[in-house]
Amino acid sequence: MDLTLTDDQLMIREAAQSFLADTSDSAAVRSAMASSTGFDAAVWQRIAGELGWCATAVPEQYGGLGLGPVALALLLEQMGRHLLCAPFFSTVCLAANWLAEGGCDASRQRFLPEIAEGKLRLTMPVNESANDWIDGKQVLRARREGAGWRLDGICARVPDAGTADWLLLPARLDERSGQHWATGMFAVPRNASGLNIDALETWDATRRFFRVELNGVTLMPQQRVDHAHRGIDGAMRSAALARLYLAAEQLGGAQACLDLTVAHTATRKQFGRTLASFQAVKHRCAEMMVRIEALRSAVYGAAAYAADSVHGEPPEALALECAMASALAADTYFYCAQEAIQLHGGVGFTWEYDPQLYFKRAQASSHWFGTADALRERIAAAVFA
Amino acid sequence: MNDAAIMDVPQRSAEDRFRAEIADWMRAHLSGRFAELRHRGGPGDEEAFPELRKEWERELAAGGWTCVGWPREHGGRGLSITQQVIFHEEYARAGGPGRMGHIGEGLIGPALIRFGSAAQQKRFLPEIVAGAEFWAQGYSEPNAGSDLANVQTRCTQQPDGRWQVQGQKIWTSLAQESDWIFVLARSEPGSKGNKGLSFLLLPLRQPGISIWPIRQLGGGAEFNEVFFDGALADNEHMVGAPGEGWKVAMGLLEAERGVSTLGQQMHFSHELERIVRVAKQNGRERDAQIRQRIAHAWIGLRVMRYNALRMLAGDATSLGREALIYKYYWSNWHRDLGKLAMDVLGAEGDVRSDEPDIRALQQLFFFSRADTIYAGTNEIQLNLIAERGLGMPREPRGDSPMTTNNKP
Repeated sequence: MDLTLTDDQLMIREAAQSFLADTSDSAAVRSAMASSTGFDAAVWQRIAGELGWCATAVPEQYGGLGLGPVALALLLEQMGRHLLCAPFFSTVCLAANWLAEGGCDASRQRFLPEIAEGKLRLTMPVNESANDWIDGKQVLRARREGAGWRLDGICARVPDAGTADWLLLPARLDERSGQHWATGMFAVPRNASGLNIDALETWDATRRFFRVELNGVTLMPQQRVDHAHRGIDGAMRSAALARLYLAAEQLGGAQACLDLTVAHTATRKQFGRTLASFQAVKHRCAEMMVRIEALRSAVYGAAAYAADSVHGEPPEALALECAMASALAADTYFYCAQEAIQLHGGVGFTWEYDPQLYFKRAQASSHWFGTADALRERIAAAVFA
Repeated sequence: MNDAAIMDVPQRSAEDRFRAEIADWMRAHLSGRFAELRHRGGPGDEEAFPELRKEWERELAAGGWTCVGWPREHGGRGLSITQQVIFHEEYARAGGPGRMGHIGEGLIGPALIRFGSAAQQKRFLPEIVAGAEFWAQGYSEPNAGSDLANVQTRCTQQPDGRWQVQGQKIWTSLAQESDWIFVLARSEPGSKGNKGLSFLLLPLRQPGISIWPIRQLGGGAEFNEVFFDGALADNEHMVGAPGEGWKVAMGLLEAERGVSTLGQQMHFSHELERIVRVAKQNGRERDAQIRQRIAHAWIGLRVMRYNALRMLAGDATSLGREALIYKYYWSNWHRDLGKLAMDVLGAEGDVRSDEPDIRALQQLFFFSRADTIYAGTNEIQLNLIAERGLGMPREPRGDSPMTTNNKP
């Protein structure tokens, strides 16, 4: 395995860094947070349309660039660093990722090319479990109604549901699959009748979450979109990749916390010297760097592992690599955000300075797809197997 | 858990063949009278079977497996970085014993290749390659630990050209088993810090040198104090010019780059396997906290592997940040692993044992206390990371005005 980044990958990272430094600085993030949609439509248009970022990891046969998980992880790292407010994670890292890994052929044809072109936004609920959708514990119920389906239930937290064109919703079927209830995945348009979407006021305002309630939403047969055979492996692979992308975003956030802190301590003076000249401060910054570089190694390694892994092989090894990166990312991001506030001193406690934005995002993203503890337990089970 | 679960990554077929060649060689040769060396002689266990391990060095040499990374013109095998990584991994995977020749092969040999005269290369390199002469290092002194440049040992040139050495070195591993020692000594009287130092090669067995073992907290004594009282080095055994010792010494420390770290990780992986095995046997595997800590240790192994691969990839845009954190990361991980091992052993860990898993884990617990101290303590590492990695201000020196300005 070679972790050398290719020239293309370096270029993608460089371009993302410079674009986001311009379009997603502190003022832009705060303006998006205060807006009704939660993101700047003009910036989204450039990201999805001009820059083609949504196409990065979409397979070429569906109109994507097919650049794979390494390139997409590099993009996410920069997005996390700049706290980009956009429906990118939901559309690309949740929905497009799931469709490519576990969707039926018709659903891929239907959605992936338009996602790649930046014309369509999709979302999915965040699965707050270390168990990859396959444990049958879905809160929505799907019953057969005529040739189609009827969906009922409540999803407590769905990112970007208020602005997405379509929602991909996993629902428990009235049939068994092995020892669990079987799960189906359903595509529901945002304006479907019987669908109520209510905005939640989250502490982390850099992302929008919605409560989604379904009261007898009726669907055509073709709106069930999971692949008949690869549903379970696909769900596991897509859950693993979603953890990887979130970990990459958290890596960028952690790096920003360190950068902010080093910059602040270099200018702030007490006792006639900069804060940065105190060894107590230096050592805490150095400790942050150690943890961040360890996380970077984990994320880049897991991304390279994902790029080498192929459909059809058992997904468990990939799941462990990504669980590893994800558990480390959740802990590292929070640690760095907490240190950033502490080392900023009084101003770190204010609304005006940015550490609080990272701090809130670090906490809010720490339990997506399972807490660090739950992911470590999953790793322990494999180690002791 | 097996090696494959922890370490395997997809490899191309030429590399697979090379891997198999080493594994086959190790299987065939690390057997018979050498079988008892498997997994022995590592850090904390360096006193194990010294004579047999010297013979093992000659066995390796006969197979062409010493100095595999050295250029061919100096007697090495000229392996690529990737091949060296594979060699170190397979050597460790097979349980290859701690290398008696590692200071010669990893430190002084590369330093002589870079800084030595043709005569020095001709005299010393073949003996290192052959496993015939073993080396010790003389850097640290009682008052030159983290402050390595504070060398007090002096050397004075005699009328016959030879250098006479006066002083004391400390933490010299395997001095009683070695033939030669390299020494950093002050050749310019009155000089300070890293100026005025010279780099000398001395035979260890001579009247002017006495060696005293240091008993460690774990009971072993692989380190020594070495006293120099009129010890002599030939004039042609100074590496570099007089006063250039610091340059040579620093170049020597740089020579040890990432390739052997993956072998070290294979050793770590083996230690984690021992802990898992013990936890399964004594039921600690059912303890939720122990499971968390074992998963955390497993995660650390993956981090170190990928970190080493980043070091080897030499990502020019990362400015070597991954190399800068590596020593701090692995040493603290390893120290934590030692504590985890003893917590898994429980009361059984308190009793001296010859059972292989227990003995090895007890050694791990005690010796890993040294990991965060030698080769740059945790505190020095954090200074380096802050100063070189983050561009933060350098620590004030004791003789700078900074210390007197600190009064509020």
